[in-house]
Amino acid sequence: MLNLETIVFAILALIAVAAAVLMITSRNAVHSALFLVVVMSSLAVFFLGLWAPFVAMVQVAVYAGAIMVLFLFVIMLLGAEKIGARMGRSWQLPVAIGMGVVVLGLGVFMLLNTAPIEVLDRPAADIVMGSAEAIGAALYSEWLFPFEAISILLLVAMIGAVVMTGHAGKKKSA
Amino acid sequence: MSNASFVTLFPVIIGLSVVLFTLGVVGVLTRRNAIIIFMSVELMLNAANLAFIAFARSFNQIDGQVFVFFVMVVAAAEVAVGLALIVAVFRTRQSINVDDINQLKG
Repeated sequence: MLNLETIVFAILALIAVAAAVLMITSRNAVHSALFLVVVMSSLAVFFLGLWAPFVAMVQVAVYAGAIMVLFLFVIMLLGAEKIGARMGRSWQLPVAIGMGVVVLGLGVFMLLNTAPIEVLDRPAADIVMGSAEAIGAALYSEWLFPFEAISILLLVAMIGAVVMTGHAGKKKSA
Repeated sequence: MSNASFVTLFPVIIGLSVVLFTLGVVGVLTRRNAIIIFMSVELMLNAANLAFIAFARSFNQIDGQVFVFFVMVVAAAEVAVGLALIVAVFRTRQSINVDDINQLKG
Protein backbone atom coordinates (compact mmCIF):
# COMPACT_ATOMS: atom_id res chain seq x y z
CA MET A 1 0.00 0.00 0.00
CA LEU A 2 2.31 2.68 -1.24
CA ASN A 3 0.20 5.78 -1.50
CA LEU A 4 1.24 9.39 -1.23
CA GLU A 5 0.65 9.61 2.54
CA THR A 6 2.94 6.67 3.25
CA ILE A 7 5.72 8.15 1.12
CA VAL A 8 5.40 11.57 2.77
CA PHE A 9 5.34 9.92 6.19
CA ALA A 10 8.43 7.82 5.48
CA ILE A 11 10.46 10.76 4.20
CA LEU A 12 9.43 13.01 7.09
CA ALA A 13 10.05 10.31 9.70
CA LEU A 14 13.51 9.62 8.27
CA ILE A 15 14.33 13.34 8.32
CA ALA A 16 13.08 13.71 11.90
CA VAL A 17 14.95 10.69 13.29
CA ALA A 18 18.16 11.50 11.40
CA ALA A 19 18.09 15.11 12.59
CA ALA A 20 17.43 13.98 16.18
CA VAL A 21 20.40 11.56 16.05
CA LEU A 22 22.62 14.30 14.62
CA MET A 23 21.37 16.69 17.31
CA ILE A 24 22.47 14.48 20.20
CA THR A 25 25.77 13.48 18.57
CA SER A 26 27.06 16.71 17.02
CA ARG A 27 30.07 18.27 18.74
CA ASN A 28 28.99 21.86 18.17
CA ALA A 29 26.04 23.15 20.21
CA VAL A 30 24.99 25.55 17.41
CA HIS A 31 24.68 22.60 15.01
CA SER A 32 22.61 20.75 17.64
CA ALA A 33 20.23 23.71 17.90
CA LEU A 34 19.81 23.88 14.11
CA PHE A 35 19.13 20.12 13.88
CA LEU A 36 16.48 20.54 16.58
CA VAL A 37 14.85 23.19 14.37
CA VAL A 38 14.73 20.58 11.57
CA VAL A 39 13.06 18.05 13.92
CA MET A 40 10.47 20.61 15.05
CA SER A 41 9.70 21.71 11.50
CA SER A 42 9.12 18.13 10.32
CA LEU A 43 6.87 17.54 13.35
CA ALA A 44 4.91 20.63 12.28
CA VAL A 45 4.23 18.93 8.94
CA PHE A 46 3.03 15.84 10.85
CA PHE A 47 0.62 18.09 12.77
CA LEU A 48 -0.70 19.43 9.46
CA GLY A 49 -1.30 15.88 8.26
CA LEU A 50 -3.11 15.02 11.50
CA TRP A 51 -5.66 17.83 11.06
CA ALA A 52 -4.08 20.26 13.47
CA PRO A 53 -3.12 23.24 11.28
CA PHE A 54 -3.21 25.85 14.04
CA VAL A 55 -0.96 23.79 16.33
CA ALA A 56 1.40 23.31 13.37
CA MET A 57 1.67 27.06 12.86
CA VAL A 58 2.23 27.62 16.58
CA GLN A 59 4.89 24.88 16.52
CA VAL A 60 6.77 26.72 13.77
CA ALA A 61 6.34 30.21 15.25
CA VAL A 62 6.84 29.48 18.95
CA TYR A 63 9.05 26.37 19.06
CA ALA A 64 11.16 26.56 15.91
CA GLY A 65 11.07 30.36 16.06
CA ALA A 66 11.07 31.92 19.50
CA ILE A 67 12.36 29.12 21.73
CA MET A 68 15.19 28.07 19.41
CA VAL A 69 16.25 31.70 18.90
CA LEU A 70 16.49 31.95 22.69
CA PHE A 71 18.67 28.80 22.74
CA LEU A 72 20.95 30.06 19.97
CA PHE A 73 21.18 33.47 21.64
CA VAL A 74 22.35 31.95 24.94
CA ILE A 75 24.81 29.57 23.21
CA MET A 76 26.42 32.46 21.36
CA LEU A 77 26.25 34.79 24.38
CA LEU A 78 28.15 32.32 26.55
CA GLY A 79 30.43 31.06 23.76
CA ALA A 80 29.42 27.57 24.85
CA GLU A 81 29.66 25.84 21.45
CA LYS A 82 32.30 23.31 22.46
CA ILE A 83 31.71 22.89 26.19
CA GLY A 84 31.14 19.31 27.29
CA ALA A 85 31.69 17.84 23.84
CA ARG A 86 33.52 14.92 25.38
CA MET A 87 32.31 12.64 28.16
CA GLY A 88 34.18 13.19 31.41
CA ARG A 89 33.77 9.60 32.55
CA SER A 90 34.09 6.87 29.98
CA TRP A 91 31.71 4.41 31.65
CA GLN A 92 28.76 6.80 31.27
CA LEU A 93 28.25 6.32 27.52
CA PRO A 94 27.56 2.52 27.47
CA VAL A 95 25.33 2.84 30.55
CA ALA A 96 23.38 5.67 28.90
CA ILE A 97 22.96 3.75 25.65
CA GLY A 98 21.86 0.66 27.60
CA MET A 99 19.24 2.68 29.46
CA GLY A 100 18.11 4.23 26.16
CA VAL A 101 17.61 0.74 24.72
CA VAL A 102 15.61 -0.19 27.84
CA VAL A 103 13.35 2.88 27.39
CA LEU A 104 12.89 2.08 23.69
CA GLY A 105 12.09 -1.55 24.50
CA LEU A 106 9.56 -0.46 27.11
CA GLY A 107 7.85 1.85 24.61
CA VAL A 108 7.74 -0.82 21.89
CA PHE A 109 6.52 -3.41 24.42
CA MET A 110 3.66 -1.14 25.53
CA LEU A 111 2.82 -0.31 21.92
CA LEU A 112 2.58 -3.98 20.98
CA ASN A 113 0.70 -5.08 24.10
CA THR A 114 -2.12 -2.55 24.18
CA ALA A 115 -5.40 -3.19 22.47
CA PRO A 116 -5.37 -1.71 18.97
CA ILE A 117 -7.13 1.63 18.90
CA GLU A 118 -10.07 1.82 16.58
CA VAL A 119 -9.26 4.61 14.14
CA LEU A 120 -12.30 5.25 12.04
CA ASP A 121 -11.82 6.66 8.59
CA ARG A 122 -14.49 9.31 8.81
CA PRO A 123 -15.66 11.48 5.93
CA ALA A 124 -13.79 14.76 5.91
CA ALA A 125 -16.81 16.81 7.02
CA ASP A 126 -17.11 14.86 10.30
CA ILE A 127 -13.50 15.25 11.39
CA VAL A 128 -12.87 17.67 14.23
CA MET A 129 -10.25 19.95 12.79
CA GLY A 130 -7.96 22.02 15.00
CA SER A 131 -8.69 25.35 13.40
CA ALA A 132 -8.07 28.55 15.35
CA GLU A 133 -11.81 28.92 15.98
CA ALA A 134 -12.25 25.40 17.35
CA ILE A 135 -9.22 25.64 19.66
CA GLY A 136 -10.22 29.10 20.84
CA ALA A 137 -13.74 27.91 21.64
CA ALA A 138 -12.36 24.95 23.63
CA LEU A 139 -9.83 27.15 25.47
CA TYR A 140 -12.35 29.75 26.56
CA SER A 141 -15.09 27.34 27.63
CA GLU A 142 -13.99 23.94 28.89
CA TRP A 143 -10.34 24.79 29.52
CA LEU A 144 -10.82 28.30 30.92
CA PHE A 145 -9.37 27.68 34.39
CA PRO A 146 -6.16 25.93 33.15
CA PHE A 147 -5.82 28.72 30.60
CA GLU A 148 -5.89 31.41 33.30
CA ALA A 149 -3.64 29.37 35.60
CA ILE A 150 -1.04 28.97 32.89
CA SER A 151 -0.99 32.72 32.25
CA ILE A 152 0.09 33.15 35.88
CA LEU A 153 2.77 30.49 35.31
CA LEU A 154 4.13 32.50 32.38
CA LEU A 155 4.15 35.68 34.48
CA VAL A 156 6.02 33.91 37.30
CA ALA A 157 8.55 32.47 34.83
CA MET A 158 9.16 35.92 33.37
CA ILE A 159 9.68 37.51 36.79
CA GLY A 160 11.89 34.57 37.83
CA ALA A 161 14.14 34.93 34.79
CA VAL A 162 14.54 38.68 35.34
CA VAL A 163 15.24 38.26 39.07
CA MET A 164 17.80 35.49 38.56
CA THR A 165 19.86 37.22 35.92
CA GLY A 166 19.64 40.61 37.66
CA HIS A 167 20.72 39.21 41.02
CA ALA A 168 23.75 37.42 39.55
CA GLY A 169 24.88 40.64 37.88
CA LYS A 170 24.68 42.68 41.11
CA LYS A 171 26.54 39.99 43.07
CA LYS A 172 29.46 40.14 40.67
CA SER A 173 29.76 43.94 40.69
CA ALA A 174 29.45 44.21 44.49
CA MET B 1 -8.41 6.83 -1.53
CA SER B 2 -8.87 7.91 2.04
CA ASN B 3 -9.56 11.55 2.71
CA ALA B 4 -8.16 11.31 6.26
CA SER B 5 -4.47 11.83 5.81
CA PHE B 6 -2.06 9.79 7.96
CA VAL B 7 -4.91 8.02 9.76
CA THR B 8 -3.96 4.55 8.62
CA LEU B 9 -0.43 5.14 9.88
CA PHE B 10 -1.53 5.78 13.47
CA PRO B 11 0.55 3.04 15.23
CA VAL B 12 3.62 4.01 13.22
CA ILE B 13 3.24 7.65 14.29
CA ILE B 14 3.11 6.58 17.93
CA GLY B 15 6.21 4.47 17.23
CA LEU B 16 7.97 7.52 15.81
CA SER B 17 7.01 9.39 18.97
CA VAL B 18 8.59 6.59 21.07
CA VAL B 19 11.80 6.72 19.01
CA LEU B 20 12.11 10.50 19.30
CA PHE B 21 11.46 10.34 23.06
CA THR B 22 14.19 7.69 23.44
CA LEU B 23 16.64 9.83 21.48
CA GLY B 24 15.86 12.69 23.89
CA VAL B 25 16.53 10.41 26.87
CA VAL B 26 19.87 9.29 25.38
CA GLY B 27 20.77 12.93 24.73
CA VAL B 28 20.08 13.89 28.36
CA LEU B 29 22.15 10.94 29.61
CA THR B 30 25.15 11.28 27.29
CA ARG B 31 25.72 15.01 26.78
CA ARG B 32 27.55 17.13 29.36
CA ASN B 33 26.67 20.57 27.99
CA ALA B 34 23.73 21.92 30.03
CA ILE B 35 22.25 23.71 26.99
CA ILE B 36 22.22 20.50 24.93
CA ILE B 37 20.61 18.67 27.85
CA PHE B 38 17.87 21.32 27.75
CA MET B 39 17.45 20.84 24.02
CA SER B 40 17.09 17.07 24.54
CA VAL B 41 14.31 17.77 27.06
CA GLU B 42 12.63 19.88 24.38
CA LEU B 43 12.92 16.91 22.00
CA MET B 44 11.15 14.71 24.55
CA LEU B 45 8.35 17.29 24.95
CA ASN B 46 7.98 17.43 21.16
CA ALA B 47 7.68 13.64 20.97
CA ALA B 48 4.94 13.76 23.61
CA ASN B 49 3.20 16.50 21.60
CA LEU B 50 3.24 14.28 18.52
CA ALA B 51 1.54 11.49 20.50
CA PHE B 52 -1.04 13.98 21.83
CA ILE B 53 -1.89 15.19 18.32
CA ALA B 54 -2.08 11.63 16.96
CA PHE B 55 -4.43 10.53 19.75
CA ALA B 56 -6.53 13.68 19.31
CA ARG B 57 -6.93 12.72 15.66
CA SER B 58 -7.74 9.08 16.39
CA PHE B 59 -10.39 9.87 19.01
CA ASN B 60 -11.66 12.82 16.95
CA GLN B 61 -11.42 15.16 19.95
CA ILE B 62 -9.99 18.68 20.14
CA ASP B 63 -8.81 18.32 23.76
CA GLY B 64 -5.52 16.69 22.80
CA GLN B 65 -4.63 19.69 20.66
CA VAL B 66 -5.55 22.08 23.49
CA PHE B 67 -3.26 20.11 25.79
CA VAL B 68 -0.40 20.53 23.31
CA PHE B 69 -0.80 24.27 23.83
CA PHE B 70 -0.37 23.85 27.56
CA VAL B 71 2.74 21.71 26.98
CA MET B 72 4.15 24.43 24.73
CA VAL B 73 3.49 27.14 27.32
CA VAL B 74 5.15 25.10 30.08
CA ALA B 75 8.09 24.43 27.74
CA ALA B 76 8.45 28.15 27.02
CA ALA B 77 8.39 28.98 30.74
CA GLU B 78 10.88 26.20 31.43
CA VAL B 79 13.25 27.47 28.74
CA ALA B 80 13.09 31.05 30.05
CA VAL B 81 13.85 30.03 33.64
CA GLY B 82 16.34 27.31 32.67
CA LEU B 83 18.39 29.51 30.38
CA ALA B 84 18.43 32.24 33.05
CA LEU B 85 19.76 29.63 35.49
CA ILE B 86 22.41 28.54 32.97
CA VAL B 87 23.52 32.15 32.43
CA ALA B 88 23.70 32.69 36.22
CA VAL B 89 25.73 29.48 36.71
CA PHE B 90 28.07 30.43 33.86
CA ARG B 91 28.70 33.85 35.44
CA THR B 92 29.78 32.35 38.76
CA ARG B 93 31.58 29.16 37.60
CA GLN B 94 32.70 30.03 34.02
CA SER B 95 31.41 26.64 32.82
CA ILE B 96 28.14 24.92 32.01
CA ASN B 97 29.60 21.42 31.91
CA VAL B 98 27.35 19.50 34.30
CA ASP B 99 30.32 17.43 35.52
CA ASP B 100 31.93 20.65 36.84
CA ILE B 101 28.81 21.77 38.70
CA ASN B 102 28.95 19.50 41.74
CA GLN B 103 28.55 21.85 44.70
CA LEU B 104 25.43 23.40 46.18
CA LYS B 105 27.50 26.42 47.29
CA GLY B 106 27.82 29.17 44.70
